[in-house]
Amino acid sequence: MTATPKSAEKSSFLASIVKKQIFIPIAALLLLAIFNLIMDPSFFNITLGHNSAGDPVLSGNIISIIDYGSELAILAIGMTLVTAASRGQDISVGAAMAISGSVVLRILCGPNADAATLQAPIIVAFLISCLVAMAFGAFNGALVSIFKIQPMVATLILFTAGRSIAAWINHNKLPVVNDKTFAYFGGYIPGIPIPTPVFIAIACFIVIWLVLKFTTLGLYAQAVGINEKTSRLNGLNPAFIKFITYVILGLCVAVAAFIKVSRVSTINYSVVAKDIEMDAILAVALGGNSLSGGKFSISASILGAYVIQFLTTTLYKFNVQSDALPAYKAVVVILLVILSAPIVREKIAAFCKSLRSPVNAESKS
Amino acid sequence: MKMKKVLAMAVSTLLCGAMLTGCGSTNESSNSGSSSNSDSTTEAEKKTDAATDAEETTADKGSDDNGGGSSSGDLIKIGIINNDPNESGYRTANVNDLKATFTKENGFDASFAYSLKNEEQINYAQKFIQDEVDYLLLSAADTAGWDSVLKDAKDAGTRVILFDRTIDADESLYEASIVSDMAKEGQQAVEWLESQDLASYDIIHLQGVIGSAAQKGRSGALTETAEAKGWNILTQQTAEWNAEKAQQIVQSVIDSGKKFNVIYAENDDMAKGAVAALDRANISHGVDKDVVIIGFDCNKWALEELKKGTWNYDGQCNPFQSTYIKEVIDKLENGETLSQKTIIMDEKGFDAKTITAEDVDNYGI
Repeated sequence: MTATPKSAEKSSFLASIVKKQIFIPIAALLLLAIFNLIMDPSFFNITLGHNSAGDPVLSGNIISIIDYGSELAILAIGMTLVTAASRGQDISVGAAMAISGSVVLRILCGPNADAATLQAPIIVAFLISCLVAMAFGAFNGALVSIFKIQPMVATLILFTAGRSIAAWINHNKLPVVNDKTFAYFGGYIPGIPIPTPVFIAIACFIVIWLVLKFTTLGLYAQAVGINEKTSRLNGLNPAFIKFITYVILGLCVAVAAFIKVSRVSTINYSVVAKDIEMDAILAVALGGNSLSGGKFSISASILGAYVIQFLTTTLYKFNVQSDALPAYKAVVVILLVILSAPIVREKIAAFCKSLRSPVNAESKS
Repeated sequence: MKMKKVLAMAVSTLLCGAMLTGCGSTNESSNSGSSSNSDSTTEAEKKTDAATDAEETTADKGSDDNGGGSSSGDLIKIGIINNDPNESGYRTANVNDLKATFTKENGFDASFAYSLKNEEQINYAQKFIQDEVDYLLLSAADTAGWDSVLKDAKDAGTRVILFDRTIDADESLYEASIVSDMAKEGQQAVEWLESQDLASYDIIHLQGVIGSAAQKGRSGALTETAEAKGWNILTQQTAEWNAEKAQQIVQSVIDSGKKFNVIYAENDDMAKGAVAALDRANISHGVDKDVVIIGFDCNKWALEELKKGTWNYDGQCNPFQSTYIKEVIDKLENGETLSQKTIIMDEKGFDAKTITAEDVDNYGI
């Protein structure tokens, strides 16, 4: 008799985990990890070495994943909020990153794209790029919230025009920054063996966690996403809340773009952050968030972003042709979309329960 | 309500306008797959026109210097149809080269028209034929669809010279075709690599967008020779002309602990990304170092890397076609016949050991 409540608790615990939103990305992550463990355990090796400047650096696939996944994780934060509040996605983030990155280089290198010395402190360039990206975010936000254009259509404008604007900002020149300190943000700070983007990403997570904890933004975004009319009747201003989520996404874009241009100290307008908008949306979906707005979990989206990077790195590791990568992603998306459908999840939960009950019966006898 | 409708109308008109603008000038990324040379991207030597120029130019008349000079009889009237100068650094260099050659001082009355779209280019061509230009210089966006307009040109006595790209039309419809030979570029680089006489060849091959002419030519040479000589290609991946993707691919090879001594990147951007990954792992590269770096396109900054000895070889994709075109025109004007219709340009390749400062200035794009 004593066993019954305990196992019942256990089964309900299992069921509740399955029902939890964060279950999907964690399951996907575990699946990938187990796959790699079986195929080649050396995948998880981390070694401490030195880079060409003689500074200690950690290297290994896991480090690569948390390093290269940073931009996507940062974008996933903003994309989750936008999705929750405006019930649609911003497809212009890649183009906006090109613009933002172009602004950084324009300010650092000056009008002549002469990069021998920095023309302005890096922090100034970063802050201005933040302002520019937020302005573009505000543009998208205004179209969506005030003019009530569908998010995907509204952001299509910047999606098509963005990379040209980026090229125009630098007069189509491709400035190369030779300053060593600029490369720190996409590489390593001397003496610290962990890639800087990881710290930047963690800082972003902390900021958004604090914002959600100490402001009502999360609740309001959710309320607007679930039902705009009721939230208005309850005294919220849906237009403003939608607008502000786009501005926040703009800020995320600026941070991600800053890391991106710092990685290679230059920019190529037509290919920088190409298709990243799709990955960002995928990260949100992977996080089990409904793409039609409402309830959301940012931590699940962030995990989703790292799952995508995990998958990418795994495929590189096994030398899968990288142009076949989207196909693999598609398979994952199909699986996840099916898995995240409420009906399937209920089935899984029920299945877990039924697995438990025969065990209970046995233990009782 | 009425107000709202009017507003909606106004906004949607604006939207359409904005989207059209966007469409016209942002095709660089979508085009890169099919175009032969769009991969290269660089600092341009000269200031180029803003993105919107491509839109506005129906035919902006002639060289800007001799403002007042009306077209006198002895000027050779030419119409030049090119791709959008913002498409890539290659194109920018190409357009600037043409503009510098076909000036009034050199006896030309040149009109320029830019578009990435075949239909628009055909419209421009028809307009030029109506304007009774003597020569029509054409870098076609697409290979198909030119027959009828070229027949019109022939009937009107306009002579057609193709540059940079070929078209699917009868040879009798044009006077000459001046093209880059991508296979030759690859061949030269591979021959150079062979001449280095390395003890072993363990190669990381970073490809461009699969299917583009540049990728096919440059990959083909390496694949063939590697097979013939028993070179070991560790990884053959497309980084889609993207520096950051290249960095990730090389990083994954490093993480897997495989040893390599050659990186064959099909453009400079990807070589730069690869080098960033090597620097992280403290793998030396360049002249007399552990890893041989090969890039393409001869961007100015890439040639400077060569000069510093951190890269080994850079293959050219010659954008300077105007001298060839001028030669052809001069011959035709003098009533000579051309010995061959298809003229393949000289492509240079630079070795870090022999490159000079003049080379950087003259050939860097």
